[in-house]
Amino acid sequence: MMTDASSTIFQDKIDQDIRIEPKDWMPDAYRKTLIRQISQHAHSEIVGMLPEANWITRAPSLRRKATLIAKVQDEAGHGLYLYSAAETLGISREEMIDQLHSGKAKYSSIFNYPTLTWADMGAIGWLVDGAAIMNQVPLCRASYGPYARAMVRICKEESFHQRQGFEILLTLSRGSEAQRRMCQDAIDRWWWPSVMMFGPNDDASPHTAQSMQWKIKRFTNDELRQRFVDICAEQVKLLGMTIPDDQLRWNEERQHYDFGPIDWEEFRNVINGNGPCNKERLAARVQAHEDGAWVREAALAHAEKKIQYGKTA
Amino acid sequence: MEKQHNWPLWEIFIRSRQGLDHKHVGSLHAADSAMAIENARDVYTRRMEGISIWVVESKYVHASNPDEASSFYDPANDKVYRHPTFYDLPDELKHM
Repeated sequence: MMTDASSTIFQDKIDQDIRIEPKDWMPDAYRKTLIRQISQHAHSEIVGMLPEANWITRAPSLRRKATLIAKVQDEAGHGLYLYSAAETLGISREEMIDQLHSGKAKYSSIFNYPTLTWADMGAIGWLVDGAAIMNQVPLCRASYGPYARAMVRICKEESFHQRQGFEILLTLSRGSEAQRRMCQDAIDRWWWPSVMMFGPNDDASPHTAQSMQWKIKRFTNDELRQRFVDICAEQVKLLGMTIPDDQLRWNEERQHYDFGPIDWEEFRNVINGNGPCNKERLAARVQAHEDGAWVREAALAHAEKKIQYGKTA
Repeated sequence: MEKQHNWPLWEIFIRSRQGLDHKHVGSLHAADSAMAIENARDVYTRRMEGISIWVVESKYVHASNPDEASSFYDPANDKVYRHPTFYDLPDELKHM
């Protein structure tokens, strides 16, 4: 059978680290896994703009406002890189947007938490973007060419996001007593949701083995999570703040930090739509899309009219 | 005729520096070429990655078929004499 030979050639390419490109033969399950993963990632970038946009008008200085706008604009860009990468697999932009709006497609559950204070902008940059970077750097070597190339571009831009976040926290940590409290409070609220961003434990993650065989994933959820905890446990010292985990301590034998149990019940709850902001986020997305419909139609009508009059721009 | 409601897809090529080729960087949707160029500026050159942009509507790009790659590129495969290293010449020969 054609498929047997094709799937052997396919896995050989993967094993030799030869990238798969859009028109190459690929197993259906590989295509579906990629579409699911890339579109979820794109949706996360787009929904991820909302919690931060909430603070643009209230940024404490012009410098902070300019950098926050630039960061949110980057996230729009990242969403677009990823939607285009997913489109090379044969799904249309409309289908993806429909899946997001109907709730069929998921996005990172971290964006269903509210941004209550300015310090949240710092904690999101440091922890949420930090966790995202940890996940994303290995994806620059993912076996699917368009995805890997999009990730290279994204990773280059993400490091500014994390640094601007840490700078916000650092400034607060050197400020007044109230500012220091605000800083600690934001870390307390964002820590565990960030740790959960790496997904379920390895023994509860059914797709990991297949994704690693296909070299979509290079490290398991728990490996990446451990790396994240190790790095943050050191970085937090620079802020003079603490991580809200009384079981966090250095394990000399493992050469890693041990940390407390994760509340997976909360994780499942938020993923299943019961987080503090699920409804609000989705409603904001749907409304933006619907409010923009007349702009899309008008631009198309204008383009058609120009062609009719024979003066293509 | 059914009216098309979605903006077409465009392939984006960017010249990063004077003297270099335009290189494919990705794609995006836009109603027309002018909008495609403006969107490409915002999506692909936020950090001075380019000084010139080409946009081509994706439907006009025709590509070779990867399934036929081995036979398609076969004619070049046995012609090593097209490379300068094929020729045996003495080391004393200079400037060649």
